[in-house]
Amino acid sequence: MMQRIGIDVGGTNTDAVLMAGDKVLAGVKTPTTADVSAGITTALRQLLPQAGQITAVMIGTTHFVNAVVQRRELAPVAAVRLCLPAGAAIPPKVDWPDDLHAVTGTPSFLCHGGREFDGRLLSPLNPDEIRRVGEQIATEGISDIAITGIFSPVQADDEQQAAELLRQIIPHATITLSHEVGRTGLLERENATILNASLRLLAERTITAFEQALVGLGLETAVYLTQNDGTIMTADHARRFPVFTFASGPTNSMRGAAFLSGLKDGMVVDIGGTTTDVGALVSGFPREASVAVKIGGVRTNFRMPDVLSIGLGGGSLVGENGRLVGPQSVGYQLPSEALCFGGSTLTATDIAVAAGMAEVGHRKPTLDAATVTTARATIQQMVEDAIDRMKLTGAAQPVILVGGGSILLGDSLKGASHVHRPDHYDVANAVGAAIAQISGEVDRVFEISSRSREAVLDEAKAEAIDRAIAAGARPGTVEIVDIYDVPLAYLPSNATRVRVKAVGEA
Amino acid sequence: MTDLATGAAILGTGGGGDPYRGRLVAEQAIKSHGPVRVIQPEELDDDGLVVPLWNIGAPVIGMERIEKGDEGVRALRALEAFLGQKAVAIAPVEVGGSNSTMPVRAAALTGLPLVDCDGMGRAYPEVQMITPTLFDIPATPATLVDAAGNCIVLQTTSNLQTERIARAVCVQMGGRAAMAGYPMTGRQIREAMIPGTLSLALKIGRSLREARARHDDPIQAILDVTGGFRLFSGKIVDVYRRIAQGWARGHFDVQGADETVRVDFQNEFLIAQTLSGRLLCSVPDLIMSVDSQTGEPVTTESLHYGFRVTLLGIPCNGRWRTPGGIALGGPGYFGYEQAYQPVETLIWEGE
Repeated sequence: MMQRIGIDVGGTNTDAVLMAGDKVLAGVKTPTTADVSAGITTALRQLLPQAGQITAVMIGTTHFVNAVVQRRELAPVAAVRLCLPAGAAIPPKVDWPDDLHAVTGTPSFLCHGGREFDGRLLSPLNPDEIRRVGEQIATEGISDIAITGIFSPVQADDEQQAAELLRQIIPHATITLSHEVGRTGLLERENATILNASLRLLAERTITAFEQALVGLGLETAVYLTQNDGTIMTADHARRFPVFTFASGPTNSMRGAAFLSGLKDGMVVDIGGTTTDVGALVSGFPREASVAVKIGGVRTNFRMPDVLSIGLGGGSLVGENGRLVGPQSVGYQLPSEALCFGGSTLTATDIAVAAGMAEVGHRKPTLDAATVTTARATIQQMVEDAIDRMKLTGAAQPVILVGGGSILLGDSLKGASHVHRPDHYDVANAVGAAIAQISGEVDRVFEISSRSREAVLDEAKAEAIDRAIAAGARPGTVEIVDIYDVPLAYLPSNATRVRVKAVGEA
Repeated sequence: MTDLATGAAILGTGGGGDPYRGRLVAEQAIKSHGPVRVIQPEELDDDGLVVPLWNIGAPVIGMERIEKGDEGVRALRALEAFLGQKAVAIAPVEVGGSNSTMPVRAAALTGLPLVDCDGMGRAYPEVQMITPTLFDIPATPATLVDAAGNCIVLQTTSNLQTERIARAVCVQMGGRAAMAGYPMTGRQIREAMIPGTLSLALKIGRSLREARARHDDPIQAILDVTGGFRLFSGKIVDVYRRIAQGWARGHFDVQGADETVRVDFQNEFLIAQTLSGRLLCSVPDLIMSVDSQTGEPVTTESLHYGFRVTLLGIPCNGRWRTPGGIALGGPGYFGYEQAYQPVETLIWEGE
């Protein structure tokens, strides 16, 4: 039986599971290390003795999104926008938080180029202008470049040509092109492109470290990273597009919860060391947020799971005789700080241990019974409120509890038709990574006055399937999972925006 | 500006474009040129020239092709040159959606005051659907300007013709253009426009923000400011869109506890009725769809299966409730057989 390994590199823990088909053979949990790959090595050392022939390793990581949120290890970026004579009214990065703007650098250049909605030239690219920009970027010593052309999702030639011209001036430049990163919506796509450019160096370093960790263990197999929509991409693709991993944390835990519980619809409550994420599952996938998603304060148009995070976890501090739990947490220091480990801090985990709900650590804390009762009620109330806020209907729904911190809860919750605590609940994220599929997506404006809507959709579908195969899906397993077309309002010429997604097996 | 953009999105009744970009465009101008002076219609001289400004075209184009930034000012200057007269103020025509913020930029760049009024009190898809049409004020002479520098002056035989010709020109300009038209005197502004609508948008945005900060019901905050009603709450279970004569027309179904309500749209929401045929609200009254939890507006272009929305009905300005107003912007114009009934009457009957 072919086996695969799913790994989730979180901020606190690195989890790994070994799976064969749809069976979880083993799961382990180890602390995340500063260089991330050592944690992977530790986890895999525990798994590999039980493993057979491994065909693929899928890694989910919050490393890149954390880098943006914490403003660390980001490279300065030159933002080039192909837009003139339009586009000057809102310069690049206008709406960014100042601190992030500072670390990603300030140079931005507006140049001629770009397209109209139907692919017509907005203005021709001016090679001399691009070369001059290239020389200026070289003078500033910047080698990460983000190029965004107006309507490049319709016609990407300008972005590609500009990249070639810039590469002639700066041969070692790392260039991200916006049409490969995002969808229609210039500012959001440009933001994502700049963030991606800023993360390329870190991505190269981190993913190489992942691969070396695997090779060091004799695992010479295909390596994939999980992306925002619950599907995977090859390691090489991830090196070029680290932004696609941004939402993989909550996505993997929700997909893992769906898989482990066998439920397609319901609420997922993932309790970690510091936070609890609550989201809704619809047909086996996380419900997506309806509003523009901000990453580290920057507006993007990534489709992200609609997740509510609250400050409650196994490491949450308990105060006011149990009336206050969280948001402060001992986090990864739980094994030294918590009372049940002989530490001196009263945490939510200690409450669970004292109440006899879980066995953690090596000593049962002696606590005032009233405090335990009050704290349990507080925790219960926090989770129930969060579930209620995220529910789509008033009716009771199944609730799936996952994550190491789910020991804090009992087996009944208000608003839950049933509380599921599936096997391997504590490594659901890694399971979500292990079951991820490969996708390809098309999202652009098509002009349909000269042909039928069906012909346009067929073209888009074929392109999405090609993209999935190019990303590593096995031909023959690829199918279309989402079609979405919106006619462009106010235009008599029948232009329509089409979004198609295809997924297939790795 | 954020409050204005939020309020404008609510008054956009599903269309009118996303005011987020419009807000940034206006903010940039205010940053470099200083704040905009907003005046009330009463402050205008009887005979001074007031020029309304707006963008025409597909909002989706605006999401991608950011303006050069001076299109509005050039449209204004071209119209002034044609008329041989300088404007004393700028006015918005459509407070709903991104056309609320567009004239703010032009006012900042030119230093001209902005009149606190508009010609709709909401958003409407077509150029002639504006209260000055009810007062026989012609849309032209009008000018259209694009980023490349093309400028067209229109003189037409009717406001409906202006819509048809301007729409065709706009497509050739890449799907979106700045437009100046409906030149009016101060007296005409007072007579034909709806006063106080910019302030109203600001007030809606501010109430929504403050309600959220206090963890109060954001939807109630919208209703308190607008005098509107909760029509229905539920989950979107179907979204159907199609192209008809260049418009995004279609409907979406919201499933509630016992009933399902269908809302039809042509860029803006036109009519809301139960599947059994009971009318809840129709144009010219405002129909809004907001996120049931956050009160955030859900526009026609972002409608999606699974969203939990609350439909709101808000009484329109009295000028739309005259026979002329109902003929120009009521259900009949959009091909519906139902006679217009004020939303408060429908609510009353429903109870």
